Amino acid sequence: MVIEPKPEIMQAETDVLVIGSGAAGMYAAIEAARGGASVLLLDRSLIGRGGATVMAQMTVAVALGAETPDHWTHHFNDTLAAGRSLCNAPLAQLLCEEGVECILEMEDWGVGWARKDGRITQAMAPGHDRPRCVYVDFLSTGPAVSKTLRTALHKHAGVRRAGDLCVIDLLKVDGEVTGAVAWHVGSGAPVVISAKATIVATGGLTRLYRRNSASANMGGDGYALALRAGAPLIDMEFVQFFPIGHLAPRLIGMDPIMWDPFRYKLGGKLLNNRGEEFTQSYGVPEDGKYVVTRDVGTHAILKEVEAGRGSPHGGVYLSFQHCPEAELRAAFGPVIDRLAKNNIDLTKMPVEVAPIAHYHMGGIVADARMQTQVPGLLVAGEAVGGANGANRLSGNAITEALVFGRRAGRSAAERVKEVHTQNSNDGSAREVLDLLTRDAPQNAPNSAAMLQELQATMADDVGPLRTKAKLERALARIDALDTMLGDCPFGGHRTFDLSRLEWFDLRNMLLVARTVAQSALARPESRGAHQREDFPGMLPSWQANQIVRLKGGKLDIAQVAAQ
Amino acid sequence: MSEIATLKIWRGDDKKAGLWETHEVPFERGQSVLDGLRWIRANRDPSLAIRFSCINANACKECMMELDGTTIYACTARLEPRVMSLSPLSNKQLVRDLVTEIAPPGERWPLARK
Repeated sequence: MVIEPKPEIMQAETDVLVIGSGAAGMYAAIEAARGGASVLLLDRSLIGRGGATVMAQMTVAVALGAETPDHWTHHFNDTLAAGRSLCNAPLAQLLCEEGVECILEMEDWGVGWARKDGRITQAMAPGHDRPRCVYVDFLSTGPAVSKTLRTALHKHAGVRRAGDLCVIDLLKVDGEVTGAVAWHVGSGAPVVISAKATIVATGGLTRLYRRNSASANMGGDGYALALRAGAPLIDMEFVQFFPIGHLAPRLIGMDPIMWDPFRYKLGGKLLNNRGEEFTQSYGVPEDGKYVVTRDVGTHAILKEVEAGRGSPHGGVYLSFQHCPEAELRAAFGPVIDRLAKNNIDLTKMPVEVAPIAHYHMGGIVADARMQTQVPGLLVAGEAVGGANGANRLSGNAITEALVFGRRAGRSAAERVKEVHTQNSNDGSAREVLDLLTRDAPQNAPNSAAMLQELQATMADDVGPLRTKAKLERALARIDALDTMLGDCPFGGHRTFDLSRLEWFDLRNMLLVARTVAQSALARPESRGAHQREDFPGMLPSWQANQIVRLKGGKLDIAQVAAQ
Repeated sequence: MSEIATLKIWRGDDKKAGLWETHEVPFERGQSVLDGLRWIRANRDPSLAIRFSCINANACKECMMELDGTTIYACTARLEPRVMSLSPLSNKQLVRDLVTEIAPPGERWPLARK
């Protein structure tokens, strides 16, 4: 057996550490730098490429009033209504109120929101009371937002950026977060980072599910980091499924949530295998307009499939066959050509769609300054829990990434001014460094196969439609996978060792999967994205949020009345 | 009879001392080369190093490699029922297997260090 040399441990220091370089992390880095702090911005992938932002197809909700008169309070009311009485009102208010400034700052930075007759265009989206969603044509909102923030970031010399760095654990001294230990995927070296403030901007947990619409790096790392550092999570049972994720025929080079913009612009018809529209049977007639919200749409589609009225691949049909070709081309010119390359002609055929894991309403508990319950630890973007309650309104995700990112950066810079001496991480890093540098067990299981098994379990048993039996089966599977994972990371100390990376991913994903399944089991009602088939209907007594803590290696779940 | 795509993959961490490894992957019409590589990792060998984030959307632009000597994105190149040779980008610094250093120089870890 070849004994591999263990890589040397590297050290770094910064005022503000930002983990994750989607829109929230990049905006946080810019704002902290504007506040005078030095910033280290990390990403486990490449800077500004992974995460969810770059995948956003179209809508960004904001009360600009460019299309029709609007005010942030109207956006706020729609957000609260969509959240089915569980939204944290101060966070939802922050999102809606400051969204306007952030969207305009993005315009100053050159994002290029779509315009008509000189004014910014705002589209109507389900759940909004008026046209409110800005976008960048065609299906380019996410890439444009990412690119704009990357360019803005480059103007700040105080921000250092580094990709291929995966944070393994946060460090704590005297009850305060003082930085993190990361693993440099590119070289296999551990890195101890000391920081006066740390911002978790790692996004959501969609990678827990087999079919999902985000990047492979959205495995809920930030939730696990926060839990292990003593910060509570909230609303973990509320996973948003995007109802019309692309299912068939197989497409390449297209985001599975691509049909959303088509529905915003052209309506489109959701049909079962009898060629009939069906959302009216679930309380929401569409009449050629896109009005069905995500929770209701997901429920309706899955119920049609269950009743034997689904499409061949297990979804339903989405049809634009009633739209004239000229109209399709005017709305989506270059995309129509990309579809043609995939042998799809929308004037002649419907496509098959089915719900796909898309976003997480739950997340880390934070106040309106983005401060978690642990000093030194802040959070931004999708990683924040509570703003969207039991169901997120279309278009709120990019807005919250920008607003919460900016606010977290500002709070971090303020904290830097108050923290004069940095405690040494020499002692606090020992345990995680020991874990990181351990050798692999003999005959380690296949990490990629274990990951697929977890995704299958979550999709089959902790999806949108839940029962006690399914949730308990999932928890038993999670226990078994935990046992298989053991205490020694797979792989070795080489460059780009994906087995080792996946071991650390599974360590986080299994913990986070457990928070979702246990929270779902503890909520005996159906509300928004959480549908219990054994407990249909909302209970007034459950107008409550569930708070999850890690105590002595076990999850503790407590209910508190919604604010 | 189901069809097979044969992926001949360059493996190693030294450009001068690599090996070609061959894997047979069940072929389904419409799949991408990245689908084939992910199948190999989950079913044959999880140590195969590949770089990708977005899986299918061609948004992250991380899965660049060479197919029969031509630069491709593995997520948009179609898998085909034939022998396909995959190698790392020849004009970039090699990390391991099909992974190369494609980050801008200012965003690579040792350079970002104080």
